[in-house]
Amino acid sequence: MANKIARVAVREQDPAKRAANFEEVCYGYDREEALLEASRCLNCKNPRCVAACPVGIAIPDFISALASGDEAAAARIISRDSLLPSICGRVCPQETQCEGSCILGIKSEPVAIGKLERYVGDWKIAQTQTQIDIPQWNGRKVAVVGSGPSGLACAGDLAAMGYKVKVFEALHKLGGVLVYGIPEFRLPKHKIVEREIDSLRRLGVEFETDVIIGRTLTIDELLDNEGYDAVFVGSGAGLPRFMGIEGENLNGVFSANEFLTRVNLMGAYDPSTSDTPVYVGRKVVVVGGGNVAMDAVRTAKRLGAEAVIVYRRSEAELPARVEEVHHAREEGIEFRMLTNPTRILADDNGWVKGISCVQMTLGEPDQSGRRSPVVVEGSDFEIDCDVVIMALGTSPNPLIASTTEGLAVNRRGCIEADDNGATSCKGVFAGGDTVTGAATVILAMGAGRRSAKAIDEYIKGK
Amino acid sequence: MFEILEKRILADSICLMRVSAPRVARAALPGQFVIVRADEGGERIPLTIADYDTHEGSVTIVTQTIGVSTQKICSLGVGECLADFAGPLGQPSEFVRMPIEELRRRRYLFVAGGVGTAPVYPQVKWLSEHGVQCDVIIGAKTRDMLIYTDDMRRVATNLYIATDDGSEGFKGMVTAVMKDLIEERGEHYDECVAIGPMIMMKFVTLTARNYSLPVTVSLNALMVDGTGMCGACRVSVGGRTLFTCVDGPEFNGYEVDFDEAMRRQSMYRTQEKSALERHKCNCYGE
Repeated sequence: MANKIARVAVREQDPAKRAANFEEVCYGYDREEALLEASRCLNCKNPRCVAACPVGIAIPDFISALASGDEAAAARIISRDSLLPSICGRVCPQETQCEGSCILGIKSEPVAIGKLERYVGDWKIAQTQTQIDIPQWNGRKVAVVGSGPSGLACAGDLAAMGYKVKVFEALHKLGGVLVYGIPEFRLPKHKIVEREIDSLRRLGVEFETDVIIGRTLTIDELLDNEGYDAVFVGSGAGLPRFMGIEGENLNGVFSANEFLTRVNLMGAYDPSTSDTPVYVGRKVVVVGGGNVAMDAVRTAKRLGAEAVIVYRRSEAELPARVEEVHHAREEGIEFRMLTNPTRILADDNGWVKGISCVQMTLGEPDQSGRRSPVVVEGSDFEIDCDVVIMALGTSPNPLIASTTEGLAVNRRGCIEADDNGATSCKGVFAGGDTVTGAATVILAMGAGRRSAKAIDEYIKGK
Repeated sequence: MFEILEKRILADSICLMRVSAPRVARAALPGQFVIVRADEGGERIPLTIADYDTHEGSVTIVTQTIGVSTQKICSLGVGECLADFAGPLGQPSEFVRMPIEELRRRRYLFVAGGVGTAPVYPQVKWLSEHGVQCDVIIGAKTRDMLIYTDDMRRVATNLYIATDDGSEGFKGMVTAVMKDLIEERGEHYDECVAIGPMIMMKFVTLTARNYSLPVTVSLNALMVDGTGMCGACRVSVGGRTLFTCVDGPEFNGYEVDFDEAMRRQSMYRTQEKSALERHKCNCYGE
């Protein structure tokens, strides 16, 4: 019986060692392990995992191809629905998606779908000799704004259909949040992200960095002057939120975006190759409970600081991936649950010297269905620290909406788009975090792909 | 890659570069800035645009070497390239969007300090091209540190110079010249624009307050991306926290918390000093 085999454990870097380096935590499966794990899949008639996958990957099909040792077939099956398996295999919240619905998970442990997807994705990346058929140019041009997951997916699909695609990136490096946000120890840049971008280059996609759409060029200029037939906006949700409490502008208070950008994008963790400084101090408090908070706190730890998570709800409500929380604990991160900051304390020179918090308790469920935290009166206490990092979520950058006449946005500043990415402006499509607010890589990728289809239909119908 | 078309040393440690950046040149307006990276591994440095030529497709920047990154930028020569040159960023100066007739009825007083003189130039040039009267005060430590005086003389209605040691023009602070112009010579201005060291902008604002003269200042806060992503450039303006990169860089001087801004500017001073030491050792093979 296939399901009598225990879930194959994945090899990981030793916690004590990895807490001091930036190399990838999880080594992933080798071939033998992957094939064994793949053999656990029951190949359900009505696969619940597929229904739970945001892009509906034919999970049992790719797993059974893999179980029979045919990586190429597995890769082909995944690529029908996902363009970035090596990335999504690493960063998807599998426990609430595919693996959370796996029937094996009821009595024992679910199939390690994420790890298998990663194995197939990495296998595909390693096949550099594969001939890529560059399709004949159909005479039409599409501009893509932003080189994050939605933009890359949209560009890849359009290029494969024969469009000439150019991706404009505001920063100096390609990859968007995959590069500036997610740390190296969770998603290797050179080994994975750059390879995915290279494969798009081989498909004929062009990239131009240092172009801030809304400033350097506007959407209207792309359509009217630069000869693009359509534009896809995948500019993400890059604007950091702060709490609005006293002391937030003290020296030593950072947004998680700033802290992670300095370390990931600018490479500040290695002063021998980067001129960008980063300040960690002796003890860092990270406020928040999402993946970004985990990334920030584990980065601070790796830079030598004592690192603490402060989160206003309880462990059950932590929005971060279970694996990240587990890894963070292994690495010695302290978790202060049901704790909410009220004030950041200053020393005589205006630097952080601590953070004042209150204890919370869980009350009635709120609109999100999670029990809402309530302050315990008189429970004020202080935590000594010299750095505070705010990881409270992000919202879309208003730059594009404010410089594109007639582009509708909602109350939260997100661009309004239908399921196919069509916006209120003709020829302008949008998808990913800039439409949904900060969400997941796989949702952004899915949106980029749906927009590619819609853009193709739009241009053909012109 | 962005080629350096011209390079001039304007004063000790201050260098001017005209850089080929056609897209930036086409979109640039007075008051905006660019983010520059000298090379792979270089820091993203915000620099206010000192001039732009749409026709040639070039943008001029003026850099003062204070750390490793500015030193790297200034060490490049004509024909060499800057790795990155992104912009124009930030909001243009408010006057760019004002009705021209109204603008022509106004008189501007610009107060420029040190390397901040460079970004004052495109503003005065733009206003003078649109027939608006501008007086300009340039302040520097000594005569040798004065920059842009000839260019400014061509576009300003009146130019006044102040040096700390009196080696050229008035001996003393720019604020003393302001006082002299308004109190002694009876000059009237409708708006003052101050660009220079944070401490100078603070005192220009305090001086202008005596005459109820509105002041605009251009802040040179620390930044990483320059597009609103990191929030390193947070500044308290009128009790609200704003981002210098997207809400500014120009703000109403009366509303800016200069003391906080100066403190935030010094955030990485210790690291910058040790980085400079390391860099010097590497350069001189010690």
